[in-house]
Amino acid sequence: MDIQNKGQDKAKTKIWNDPAVRSVFFQVLAVGAVVAFFLYIINNALTNMEQRGITTGFAFLGDQAGFGILQSLIEYDETHSFGRTFFVGLLNTVLVAVLGIILATILGFFIGIGRLSHNWLISKLATTYIETFRNIPLLLQIFFWYFAVLQGLPSPRNSMSIGESVFFNIRGLYLPGPVYEDGFGAVAFAIVVAIGIIIGLVRFERKRQRETGKTFPLFLPSVGILCGLPLIVYFLAGSPMHWDYPVLTGFNFKGGLTIIPELIALLIALTVYTAAFIAEVVRSGIEAIPRGQSEAANALGLSNGQRLRLVIIPQAMRVIIPPMTNQYLNLTKNSSLATAIGYPDLVSVFMGTTLNQTGQAIEIIFMTMAVYLFLSLSTSALMNWYNSRIALVER
Amino acid sequence: MSNKFVPLPDLPPPSNTVGVVGWLRTNLFSSPVNSVLTIIAFYLIYSGISWFVSWGVINADVIGTSREDCTSGGACWVFISVRLPQFIYGFYPPDEVWRINLMFAIAIIGIVALMIDKTPKKGWIALFMLVIFPIIAYFLLYGGAFGLEVVETHKWGGLTLTLVIATVGIVVSLPIGVALALGRRSEMPIVKSISVVYIEFWRGVPLITVLFMASVMLPLFMSEGTETDKLVRAMIGVIMFQSAYMAEVVRGGLQAIPKGQYEAAHSLGLSYWKMMFFIILPQALKLMIPGIVNTFIALFKDTSLVLIIGLFDLLAIVQSALHDPKWLGFSVEGYIFVAFLFWVFCFGMSRYSQALERKLNTSHR
Amino acid sequence: MADGTLDAVKKKGFVQCGVSTGLPGFSNPDDKGNWMGLDVDLCRAVAAATLGDASKVKYIPLTAKERFTALQSGEIDLLSRNTTWTLTRDGSLGLNFAGVNYYDGQGFLVSKDLGVKSAKELDGAAVCIQAGTTTELNLADYFREFGMKYQPVVFDTSDQTVKGFEAGRCDVLTSDQSQLYALRIQLSNPDKAMVLPEVISKEPLGPVVRQGDDQWFNIVKWSLFAAITAEELGVSSDNVDKMKSSTNPNVQRLLGAEAGQGKNLGLDDTWAFNIVKQVGNYGEMFERNVGKSSPLGIERGLNALWTKGGLQYAPPIR
Repeated sequence: MDIQNKGQDKAKTKIWNDPAVRSVFFQVLAVGAVVAFFLYIINNALTNMEQRGITTGFAFLGDQAGFGILQSLIEYDETHSFGRTFFVGLLNTVLVAVLGIILATILGFFIGIGRLSHNWLISKLATTYIETFRNIPLLLQIFFWYFAVLQGLPSPRNSMSIGESVFFNIRGLYLPGPVYEDGFGAVAFAIVVAIGIIIGLVRFERKRQRETGKTFPLFLPSVGILCGLPLIVYFLAGSPMHWDYPVLTGFNFKGGLTIIPELIALLIALTVYTAAFIAEVVRSGIEAIPRGQSEAANALGLSNGQRLRLVIIPQAMRVIIPPMTNQYLNLTKNSSLATAIGYPDLVSVFMGTTLNQTGQAIEIIFMTMAVYLFLSLSTSALMNWYNSRIALVER
Repeated sequence: MSNKFVPLPDLPPPSNTVGVVGWLRTNLFSSPVNSVLTIIAFYLIYSGISWFVSWGVINADVIGTSREDCTSGGACWVFISVRLPQFIYGFYPPDEVWRINLMFAIAIIGIVALMIDKTPKKGWIALFMLVIFPIIAYFLLYGGAFGLEVVETHKWGGLTLTLVIATVGIVVSLPIGVALALGRRSEMPIVKSISVVYIEFWRGVPLITVLFMASVMLPLFMSEGTETDKLVRAMIGVIMFQSAYMAEVVRGGLQAIPKGQYEAAHSLGLSYWKMMFFIILPQALKLMIPGIVNTFIALFKDTSLVLIIGLFDLLAIVQSALHDPKWLGFSVEGYIFVAFLFWVFCFGMSRYSQALERKLNTSHR
Repeated sequence: MADGTLDAVKKKGFVQCGVSTGLPGFSNPDDKGNWMGLDVDLCRAVAAATLGDASKVKYIPLTAKERFTALQSGEIDLLSRNTTWTLTRDGSLGLNFAGVNYYDGQGFLVSKDLGVKSAKELDGAAVCIQAGTTTELNLADYFREFGMKYQPVVFDTSDQTVKGFEAGRCDVLTSDQSQLYALRIQLSNPDKAMVLPEVISKEPLGPVVRQGDDQWFNIVKWSLFAAITAEELGVSSDNVDKMKSSTNPNVQRLLGAEAGQGKNLGLDDTWAFNIVKQVGNYGEMFERNVGKSSPLGIERGLNALWTKGGLQYAPPIR
């Protein structure tokens, strides 16, 4: 620098070469650019809407919706407000996401472990599954399950049925629905108590093992308590519940619990697709454990089950959890494809029908995005906290 | 008489542990549970394959021009072969299709040249593919210069459109992603937070809401009189979304560069930009290629979402063909065809990226 | 608006017209990709009036969900996509309806083997509807009025709606009557389905423009009126050259033999002549696309001229 600036004042650096000044300058520039950009956009949007006489604001959320929705977890009919449709859609999204996450995890674990199986055929089969479903767009899979498979199902009058209580046809899966009567609260309470007892037992057993070194099998007693206690209470309370069976009346089955085909198709597609990714996550997690750990466990004389439960899986979890969270978030975001087959999720109900009936695109899209953003960021925060808890303590 | 000790030759291994029998025993029937699993799996595979072969090959019709040629009860591939030009080129005027073919040809030659190790002057080819080729492709596809007739974007469709959206999405989001990643690793707090907010925002929302936003809200954000094509709007949405994911790939690549490289560059007295462009990025980019390919695969699959905002990509065009009254009832064939095309592309690319990873691993450690 | 839509159209040299993604009879691309239909003919009429060439139209296919935003944002100059005229749309969306080119009403399509004879027997039925239409609201109103329950099964495009109906996902398909006829011919076996007699709503379908550009609004409005007037006066695309020398002053005014009629709209005096010459009068448009000579085979009914007991009535051109 001195060499280049011969003949100039060498005592102090040039102002534009001072890193601190530069950094301030750059940041002011960046902030200026971002603010200007947003102002430009907001200004344009406002003038455009003004000019075209489009209503703005969130007042529409209080207006009567006037359209029906196929599936709602909360009470909803045409007379409710647009604001209510937002929650109906949101709950449907949550429903499909939660079910999908549970099913995809189970299936993914099986396939991931299958890929590591010593059985050549099983591992090849698992690999084929992963490579097939991972490389086909999810939207196509949703369409396939909905249109191609659904068309093979019978009409309501020729349903497949299991013992006059479960029916499966093109209108969905009809199950007997439980109807709770007074006194069922006691049964629910008994379930809570049973879970409490089991937790206490596990803690006691751990303590005893530490002190005496003896193990005591807990799985069967736990199952017994969990099923037995509520059952006893149930009969003591005089069976406060009966089943409501679906009955064919007119066009469709009435009564019971209905699972609509849109939900079934979407759930199958999301599960099958995400399980392929989860399987890879599980496999790489397990493969990340050094072989020495297995060998050491064998050397201690642990059984196969103990080896997996006490040595391999707890360590693999550390590797598995972060990518697994990502897959869960992907599944949640992918559930928005429901709109393609008309499952009434948030995007399809709120960003579809409601947007259409009110025409207030900006507010509605903003609200929809905010929901997904909130889900994503809160999950990430939770995961970071969990990760910091289980991270290896480096000594 | 010497007592020299001569060992007897080794006995051969037991006959049931070598050869075909041995392989079967260790890999398929090592335990009763495994044997049961094997038999179940074998049955599943056999029944699946035998059904598919009888439906899709033995009883299928391939040659013909209308649905009357589909008589044998199996798959009707005639539907696909009759519609194939439309599936690939969309509604592009038939007289102009050579332009698309020429573009594909240049692209394929360029990519193959880049994938072969021994190609000379690789850097120049890469530069050509990234800078010159998009311009050529634009004029070939859209026209409007060199005496080529303009083909409006609403006539584009099929596989062409899918590839165009995916490629443009990746190529344009790469520089934006690099800038964002540098911003996220920067020491200036405000620049850093702007980058973090941008990245986390786009990664937190589903692509479909982004596309909706692009098709519905973007026009409201433009000043009066600026008009954008629907396809351009969809691409803007894809690029914004994709650049956030790209930024994370680039960040991963930057983190993999040892600290010593930065320190060495500083001690040579290089400025930040010189250090980045001559030392860090060239090394990091090489490490990023597998990640970029994986992002490309994800985007390639996601392009099918544009059908929801009314663009005719490969999936949408097959969907619309399924509704043609002349060809009702061949949805399974249609979906299998689309699935197969997507699968070939994605599987090929993922294998390539795995091979690259292996190659890069050895050269870097 | 700094620059009126008319000037913008003249500068570009084509009219950008929003149409459906494919609805036989109204706007539908044939296998070569040429658009045809009643709504498409209106776009062509506007292009003939403004640019003197009916082929100068750029068609933008839109789903029901996108159509209004596309118009609001200026992506299209004119929306001609069987859109129902309602107060909300006129009032809060910043749109103007420029007339009615088809008087329609919502009806039901059922498959014959259900044995249903009237819409009142549809209690508990699953109903296929297309998202983003007035249909959804009318359906809810109708079922509520008669104390019946239903399950709405909502699809994005009319194609998918038909497919869902055909697969048996729902018992009934509901839409505007005209569309039901159009969709019925898309079924693999049209004879198996029938349209129920009830019409449960008023659906005046017409072209839509943005608010705030009265000149353009007038042009679209009067392009439709010119086609209706031409039919009234017996002027058609075959005889239009002969009729130019007609002694009827009304015909003279319509076809621009008398100067000054086009100036009020900012167009040439031959504007209406071009419409009739290149596209035809309203009756021709109707017959060609949805009437007896088309696959849809719809009766004129409400869409007959007022002189023949219908509702089509154009204010005088003078």
